[in-house]
Amino acid sequence: MALDQPKREFRYVGTRPNRPDGVDKVTGRAQYGADMTAPGMLTGAILRSPHPHAKIVSIDTSAAAAIPGVRAVITGADFARPDDNFLRDVQENCMAREKVLYDGHAVAAVAATSAAIAKAALKAIKVTYQALPHVTDVDAAMKPGAPVVQAGRALENVPGGMSDNVTNACEFGHGDLDAGFAKADLVIDRSFKTAATHQGYIEPHACLASVTADGKADLWCCTQGHFFVRTLCSAIMGMEASQLRVTPSEIGGGFGGKTTVFIEPVALALSKMAGRPVKIVMARDEVFRATGPTVSSSMDVRIGMTKDGRITAGEANLRYSGGAFPCGTVDMGAQAAFAAYDLAAVRTYGWNALTNRPKEAAYRAPGAPQAIYAVESVVDELCQKLGLDPLMVRLKNAAKKGTLSSYGPTFNEIGLEATLQAAKAHPHYTAPLGKNQGRGLSCGFWFNFGGNTCVSLNINTDGTVGVTEGNPDIGGSRASISLMAAEELGIPYENIRTIVADTNSLGFNDVTDGSRVTFAVGLATIKAARDAIGKMKARAAKFWGIDEEAVNWVDGAAVPAGPNAGKFPPLSLAEIAAVSPQTGGPIAGHYEVNVDGAGVSFGVHLVDVEVDPETGFTKVLRYTVFQDAGKAVHPDYVEGQMQGGAVQGIGWALNEEYIYGADGRLQNPGFLDYRIPVASDLPKIDTVILEIPNPGHPYGVRGVGETPIVPPLAAIANAVSRAAGVRLTELPMSPPRILAALKG
Amino acid sequence: MVKVKLWGSLRHWTDGQSVVEVEAKTFKDLLDRLCETYPGLAPQIRRGVSMSLDGVIYREAWFQEIRPDSEVVLMPFMQGG
Repeated sequence: MALDQPKREFRYVGTRPNRPDGVDKVTGRAQYGADMTAPGMLTGAILRSPHPHAKIVSIDTSAAAAIPGVRAVITGADFARPDDNFLRDVQENCMAREKVLYDGHAVAAVAATSAAIAKAALKAIKVTYQALPHVTDVDAAMKPGAPVVQAGRALENVPGGMSDNVTNACEFGHGDLDAGFAKADLVIDRSFKTAATHQGYIEPHACLASVTADGKADLWCCTQGHFFVRTLCSAIMGMEASQLRVTPSEIGGGFGGKTTVFIEPVALALSKMAGRPVKIVMARDEVFRATGPTVSSSMDVRIGMTKDGRITAGEANLRYSGGAFPCGTVDMGAQAAFAAYDLAAVRTYGWNALTNRPKEAAYRAPGAPQAIYAVESVVDELCQKLGLDPLMVRLKNAAKKGTLSSYGPTFNEIGLEATLQAAKAHPHYTAPLGKNQGRGLSCGFWFNFGGNTCVSLNINTDGTVGVTEGNPDIGGSRASISLMAAEELGIPYENIRTIVADTNSLGFNDVTDGSRVTFAVGLATIKAARDAIGKMKARAAKFWGIDEEAVNWVDGAAVPAGPNAGKFPPLSLAEIAAVSPQTGGPIAGHYEVNVDGAGVSFGVHLVDVEVDPETGFTKVLRYTVFQDAGKAVHPDYVEGQMQGGAVQGIGWALNEEYIYGADGRLQNPGFLDYRIPVASDLPKIDTVILEIPNPGHPYGVRGVGETPIVPPLAAIANAVSRAAGVRLTELPMSPPRILAALKG
Repeated sequence: MVKVKLWGSLRHWTDGQSVVEVEAKTFKDLLDRLCETYPGLAPQIRRGVSMSLDGVIYREAWFQEIRPDSEVVLMPFMQGG
């Protein structure tokens, strides 16, 4: 989209007003997914497989159906089998058919008049399984002879002769690797592994479905994208989209994990059978066992460097597993791996393999943190061994305008060098370190995108404004959108209320992902405001009896464009709105677009840790995040995204992992055993926002939500490795793993 | 003619070429000509691809115009979280 009227001086954008959802959230009034109720509502519950891999021989639901109070019992046989591979995977992940593919895979569901009756009904369902060999490790899954999770799922890009579990292959890069490595003074080749981790959102998945006898349905749910929920559910249920209205609740965290459906089609099918509303709320163990963690990975990275710190070649081989269904996340990791560097020779290879684990869901910048962890670890080790400053080496090799990126395009203006310079100038970088302490640094990169977006903006007769958008507010978008509307209209932020509309009230909006909402919905809001301003200028022109072109909009009011237009006092938005019924009717602005031009984003993280050599415990002492955010619309929220990414990364790097036993069952499906960081684990996370305008947005806005999860894994691994005096190559770097490394 | 840079694993269907030339004025033209000229690319294109045009990534903009001297790079369809 061409940039028209770029704006660089702001009155409201860049301020930090109170968040519009704050009072409701701290007083408990906000309505989350589990808070929705309806008259006659039934409780839905789901029976899950205790086996990681098994054939379903039979399911006998007769005893469950006979229990008084049970109103519906369903299995996979109650769903039509979609023709489309993608839809079929979504459906089969919600409810298994012939086979269960992971511990926790849904096999049946009930709806009953109470939770106790639903629980008893689940116990009464008799499932006969024939256990099959399983595989949960990506390297084991790729070996010939590994248990086959699903046969025949390989894309055409997978070479013949590989394990049936390999579903996807990719390759990116340019240049002559052999020649590049030959120029190096030191080449390091290392292998890395990262565990699958969960997004760790606090709110479990929850929904309420109501299907009426005439085929209409309402669905309330916590989701990052209710229009996509409608797309998936209407297709799975064989409904027309117009007959299914989806309304999103407040959302208690998503981070990519709520970009698909798990329980919603099940609730709809139960409601359809029972003829009553059905609510399903996942327990925490169900969230861990049956929703989507990130991919697990195994990676080999080889990088060559000269004595003066020039990287001569880089190569990475990435093996990801997105669980029991095909996924293309490795494509993103393979593109992102070396994106921070200006390299003459670079190549990445990616593979996805099926394992008996839950189906991967997106997790902020999906695929990038793992690959960049491996690359940045090797760069750090090269710096250590060559006695070079890791920040200066990154500056020496930094991608910049004109760099042929490792994934194909030539970069335009990017903010990596500026971000590195900010880190270099920060007092954190030169602060002294004590015994057993280490400092780590990493660059991070993410693509960002825009997507389908539709916004309505209504001018109320009292001079206030309502903005209607279609993306759940997951990171402060209502505040940011109101700020951009205020800026454009020239009225106070407090006079604007932004709401999130249901699927029947607005055109299609893509999921809240790709760091897209502040960028794309903000752009559409600005355009919708300009549309409304055009209409208000037309009303003023009628008042004054002049041409519309002779009216300007300044500080929230229509004014004559110049002396030739005549001398009239300004007509404010409120004055024009008050008489709108008499001057032509309601005034509203609209904008619909599929936005591109989001612009890539870079960040740099700097972290100090102390490792206890007796226990292997790592304490994070200091953490600073530097990121090019474009124009920061509401800096509190931008800082929150940066801090949140650092905190999630600390958990991922040090403690979090899906632990599977030899029996293929998940050993730690709860927050007691799956340890996410809590406040007492953390230092203050410092942030430095760089505001390098994105030329693809009228205000220069750039997405900020995903990049902050990319650098922490490597930054912390580099800090721990320097503090411990030994290179750590597997995540999480839990105390036992660090102790084992210290003992050699 | 537009020069289109492909990612490495697509070379299998373009006789080993990582850059191919097709006659295209828009993103949609480009996709259609690639499918016609190199049918092996069609499954990937149907699943979804993005296009980088002079460094700006487009995901679904069929009518985005392409100049003959533009840098055009085919990329996997962008995903996010």
